[in-house]
Amino acid sequence: MREPGALPELQPGPPEAGQAGGRPAPSAIRSEAPPRRAPADGRTPNARAWWLVAPVVALVAFNAIVPLMTVVNYSVQETFGDNVFFFEGMKWFREVLGSSRFHQALQRQLLFTGIILLIEVPLGVAIALAMPRRGFWASVCLVLMAMPLLIPWNVVGAMWNLLALPDIGLLGRTLNGMGFDYNYTRQPLAAWATMVGMDVWHWTSLVVLLAYAGLSAIPEAYYQAARIDGASSWAVFRHIQLPKMKRVLLIAVLLRFMDSFMIYTEPVVLTGGGPGNATTLLSIDLVKIALGQFDLGPGAAMSLVYFLIILLLSWIYYTVMTRDGGQ
Amino acid sequence: MRRLTWLVPALYVLFLLVPIYWLLNMSFKSTNEILGSFTLFPREFTLANYRKILTDPTWYGGYLNSLGYVLMNTVLSVATALPAAYAFSRYRFLGDKHLFFWLLTNRMAPPAVFALPFFQLYSAIGLFDTKVAVALAHTLFNVPLAVWILEGFMSSVPKELDETAFVDGYPFWRFFGRIFVPTIASGIGVAAFFCFMFSWVELLLAKTLTSVNAKPIVATMTRTASTSGYELGLLAAAGALTIVPGALVIYFVRNYIAKGFALGRV
Amino acid sequence: MARIRLEQLRHTYRAKPAGDDDWALKRLDLAWEQGTASALLGPSGCGKTTLLNLISGLLRPTEGVVRFGERDVTALPPDARNIAQVFQFPVVYDTMTVYDNLAFPLRNRRVAPAEVDRRVREVAELLDLGPTLRHRAAGLTADGKQKISLGRGLVRSDVAAILFDEPLTVVDPHLKWRLRSKLKELHQKLGTTMIYVTHDQTEALTFADQVVVMDQGTVVQAGTPVELFERPRHTFVGHFIGSPGMNVLPATVEGTTVRFLGHPIELRPAPARPPPAGARLELGVRPEFVRLAADGIPVRIVRVSETGRHRIVEARHEDTPIKLLVGEGDPVPAEQAFLRFDPAHTQLYVDGWSAT
Repeated sequence: MREPGALPELQPGPPEAGQAGGRPAPSAIRSEAPPRRAPADGRTPNARAWWLVAPVVALVAFNAIVPLMTVVNYSVQETFGDNVFFFEGMKWFREVLGSSRFHQALQRQLLFTGIILLIEVPLGVAIALAMPRRGFWASVCLVLMAMPLLIPWNVVGAMWNLLALPDIGLLGRTLNGMGFDYNYTRQPLAAWATMVGMDVWHWTSLVVLLAYAGLSAIPEAYYQAARIDGASSWAVFRHIQLPKMKRVLLIAVLLRFMDSFMIYTEPVVLTGGGPGNATTLLSIDLVKIALGQFDLGPGAAMSLVYFLIILLLSWIYYTVMTRDGGQ
Repeated sequence: MRRLTWLVPALYVLFLLVPIYWLLNMSFKSTNEILGSFTLFPREFTLANYRKILTDPTWYGGYLNSLGYVLMNTVLSVATALPAAYAFSRYRFLGDKHLFFWLLTNRMAPPAVFALPFFQLYSAIGLFDTKVAVALAHTLFNVPLAVWILEGFMSSVPKELDETAFVDGYPFWRFFGRIFVPTIASGIGVAAFFCFMFSWVELLLAKTLTSVNAKPIVATMTRTASTSGYELGLLAAAGALTIVPGALVIYFVRNYIAKGFALGRV
Repeated sequence: MARIRLEQLRHTYRAKPAGDDDWALKRLDLAWEQGTASALLGPSGCGKTTLLNLISGLLRPTEGVVRFGERDVTALPPDARNIAQVFQFPVVYDTMTVYDNLAFPLRNRRVAPAEVDRRVREVAELLDLGPTLRHRAAGLTADGKQKISLGRGLVRSDVAAILFDEPLTVVDPHLKWRLRSKLKELHQKLGTTMIYVTHDQTEALTFADQVVVMDQGTVVQAGTPVELFERPRHTFVGHFIGSPGMNVLPATVEGTTVRFLGHPIELRPAPARPPPAGARLELGVRPEFVRLAADGIPVRIVRVSETGRHRIVEARHEDTPIKLLVGEGDPVPAEQAFLRFDPAHTQLYVDGWSAT
């Protein structure tokens, strides 16, 4: 019988059952020594998995493998019509890789992708930082910002067409009125500027949404601790926000890289690839060759080269992502 | 200075709204007025363009076609992705990492590369010019995306949930449908949103695989733009109408997006 | 370093509070002497974190004044109040080393590098972080990271108080007591005022000299752990503290006699005045102070549970459960028994509040 006045004994040691942390205890079927568990990510080997992925594999394989085989076929063959094909080996690849047309398209593509990345990523991050972290206006902003992302790509092109027409478009008319000589259908520089402006209008919101999500995931306690530590806003950005957004930013950069590298519809509707060749990016050139000129061989070879470039980039993306996956 | 930070998103939103406003402006004008004068607001406000679209079968048929294959695709993509994502999240099996990577590469595939091969493939199996063809073709990109997004959400649900259910005697599919799926509801919302988005906006494949019967609205519009007789007002109205489903979708999933973005893979 | 005082403090999160329920913290007055180790104890939602944030300056009170010594700090932001706060889960700057983490608050205040180095090493020594100074902070375990959070607070030599908001939540259970002992050791060495928020009575009662028990925004009782244990002023305190909690039994008062279901109960000291008519009357006695006896209240023994150190006996008188503690080797009757309450540790509660 305890002495009156003594506190309940509080000794160091394992807590009593029921006081442990929040996880529900699995039913008491567990044996003494738990079976050897899977590695750190907690996944168990299971053959049932194949049944679960089968539908997905079937769908994607159907759409991916058969067409690709066709393309590979064409890329190494020559035809003079009548469905007769001759094996030609690497001829088309050499032709494509050596052609200045391809090089120019590739250069234009790299230039385009470079420019839009340099604009969209910092801009998107800046906007996300400037938005309130929660509340009514934040939701309104997010909804409005998501709008450009859901507009069919040809409508985006058409919108900017209407906007940029030198005589009757709002932008065109205003620029010309201000003294600039602006005609995107005739001037390569104007065409590029309009194309870049269109892409920034169209896709920056994606970066904003991703960056905003990343920022929202930062617990309030970090900001509170920073206030207590007397950190300046720049320090908060550098040491808290940026590191915590790293993963999201990486996704944003790589997504934008990929998508801008493959862009087709919007520039086609806006400029048709012109004036002349000025805005003919890789996809546009490819479609011209394959569907336009029906040059199966070169088209197929170019497709494969194009695809290989993207594959290389995807691989880099994937490696970086899964390397940081644990964070 | 701090108080002015709200200006940044405000200006950006304004920037986003300008082309949309201009589109709407044009849609309420007759082609004559558009070509003849430059006004910030229609001098002769007209609904003729909208009326034409909503009554002409070639026009509204285009919308119905588009909505048709987009919905088909979204349902198909998410439904097949759910079990697959579960497998990637919970199980290890031979080749799982490589399979996942291969799936992702398809999301990165340039549609231009597939334009011609798809044309030939779907013609060969007799699906050319059907909504099904476009829905299936789009799964090439949407299924990997859905798997990727769902896997991210699923991985943040602790395995103990599954284990407890199995120990409690739930058969797998009942557990999956009754317990697991509701837990990741916001993830499904995000995945469905993205599938809808990519399928709705895509032009090249949708145009390549259809001609008359299943012609999506995006193709109808480009026909209008490229033929002579630039019916700008009509084009503008058609464009404006394509924004509507997107806006509705955003409105309905707005809560999911905010939550889902924060919780999930991204 | 000074006495911390909260005067007439009241706080609500709502823009236009309507009723009492809208106030997260009802009106209170509290003071902490300099150098005390105290705890704010209570269930989730009782307002303890709100109170802590009001002391640290992360929140401005809707009404009332916060004073450090004689200074009115109500309007001052956290970094101007010279407090340190350790949060529920570790807040470390992942990109920096342990050393840079500890140095961060000093560098922000433009302290000379030599002084920074001295302070950082001193605090690292105190917290056994010395060997990890050059490691990246992100690589440490949860308790290591909490120590860094703590260290960032200690590194400022003029820190007035250190506030803890359930700091052991993410720490592994078997490491919790080690970190707890470290905190106690630090307090004894440095003599800084420490205020510790928790819902775990073990943490509160072992760490603090002074415990403030809260429920639904009010301070129910403030006192030493012994006081709270022996003389709970409210049935809530009786429930919440002690495991198992206090027995709360229905009571009646006839004249000057307090009765439990007809049985007269002796209370020492006796209640000063008769309770108002219509009030809810209850008797409170801890299981530690209930004894098996030869006569007294007849009970039926329902269950005996072993806890290793003693045994908890659940008995029933008619339908009212009464718990008592019995030592390891002491005999417990199988069916029927009699119970007596220790008069010095039995109290009468009127509408929940102690009448003695």
